[in-house]
Amino acid sequence: MRIICPNCGERDRREFYYQGDALALDRPAEDAGLEAWDDYLHNRDNPAGDTRDLWFHEAGCGAWLVVERNTMTHAVHKATLAEKVKA
Amino acid sequence: MGYSGFRVIKEGLFGQTGWKPVWRDPEPKAEYDAIIIGGGGHGLSTAFYLAKEHGMTNIAVLEKGYIGGGNVGRNTTIVRANYFLPGNSEFYSHSLKMWEGMEQELNYNVMHSQRGLINLFHSDGQRDAFARRGNAMINQGDDAILLDRDGVREHLPYLDFDNIRFPIYGGLYHPRGGTARHDAVAWGYARGADQRGVDIIQNCEVTGIDIEGGVVKGVQTTRGAIKAKKVGIVVAGRSGQVAAMAGMRLPIESHVLQAFVTEGLKPVIDHVVSFGMGHFYISQSDKGGLVFGGDIDFYSSYAARGNLPMKEHVMDAAMTLMPMIGKAKVLRSWGGIMDMTPDGSPIIDKTPTEGLFIDCGWCYGGFKAVPGSGFSFAHLMATGNHHDAAAKFRLDRFRSGVGLMDEEGTGSQHNLH
Repeated sequence: MRIICPNCGERDRREFYYQGDALALDRPAEDAGLEAWDDYLHNRDNPAGDTRDLWFHEAGCGAWLVVERNTMTHAVHKATLAEKVKA
Repeated sequence: MGYSGFRVIKEGLFGQTGWKPVWRDPEPKAEYDAIIIGGGGHGLSTAFYLAKEHGMTNIAVLEKGYIGGGNVGRNTTIVRANYFLPGNSEFYSHSLKMWEGMEQELNYNVMHSQRGLINLFHSDGQRDAFARRGNAMINQGDDAILLDRDGVREHLPYLDFDNIRFPIYGGLYHPRGGTARHDAVAWGYARGADQRGVDIIQNCEVTGIDIEGGVVKGVQTTRGAIKAKKVGIVVAGRSGQVAAMAGMRLPIESHVLQAFVTEGLKPVIDHVVSFGMGHFYISQSDKGGLVFGGDIDFYSSYAARGNLPMKEHVMDAAMTLMPMIGKAKVLRSWGGIMDMTPDGSPIIDKTPTEGLFIDCGWCYGGFKAVPGSGFSFAHLMATGNHHDAAAKFRLDRFRSGVGLMDEEGTGSQHNLH
């Protein structure tokens, strides 16, 4: 599996640290309440198919990326800088 | 049809023509008292104990593939009870006792082999942690022996004891740990359930769960609608998709865990050896193949196959620990879909829907739990009460933070286990 880093180009999966579902970009407000925080911290759609998750280019440029890929085939479609997704 | 030494000899004399299929291939009925979604080890043992312990025989197990084709046939067959935390400790202790009676209970040879498991340690700090774990195991009534370096050498003379990064300081020996023939466990429970009247329906995928007014009414399948008063979801890596049919989001991420087997060799590894620092463990099957594995690949996946970096890591660890196996040729590798929870411990609980139950979150340790999980889940489905041995496997522990069982002490968070 290779990930196309927007800064560094196509790189080996070993250079990246996997954080998990990209819902981490949709952090609830501090006062959102217990249910919202429980859902955010623990519950996952866990899709069998296309997914968006957060990877950290630890052994590269140090950028956080939103990677679109397929959990059934391991195909990696696209990676975007997380700062641009969030903005 | 029972099995005995006499029958084996008799069939040998008559060309093995007397053996018959050991479970039926029934058409699904329109209605059952209970349906188990998922014909893996846990689903089959649940059905078996619903019938045997609770007299529920008008039940069906729905399997989308074939019996033995999922994780129950894709694991590395290790059976042990070496957990530390309350909740896990009593559960796995109970499950190991059930393993010890399984072959008699099922009249089926599952080749359960209590060859002993040794967890290695490589520092004083790790020794302290393993001494503490061993004490917890003994307090639970199970067996644990803290071996020093020479003690490990007596059992495992072939290890590299003086590896510069991971010198072997000792090991925690769990003599009752071991392995079993994984397919036989599925077949034995399937046969036992079928003999008690359970319908095992293969090639039957559940496509929907019917709920009216907060009460489960049955399921939709690729072989038609089936009504039921009680439905149990026992689908391991696919828990997220099936729970979504009931409007639930689960605290589960599915990951891939790889395993490997070599060509058959003469007996060389007598125990199960676990090298935690290298994320590596190994045993030798009765056919002679070295069966070994490592950690999950660490990204969510349903591919049932892994990538090369983890393969390389596992081989590295093997060579670090036991250079003698360097010339063994790997025949196959494969991946299983692991239903990972934030704290690394499982869930056996009711759901917000009345009559709908769930058994999931076994992470990469479900095989040894097959009898205990089925027994406890059957108890919950039949009586509505949690069985004592599995009473702490609650779904709401993540929400409340009370009763988390984080064996590794790394935190209750996805991607840490």
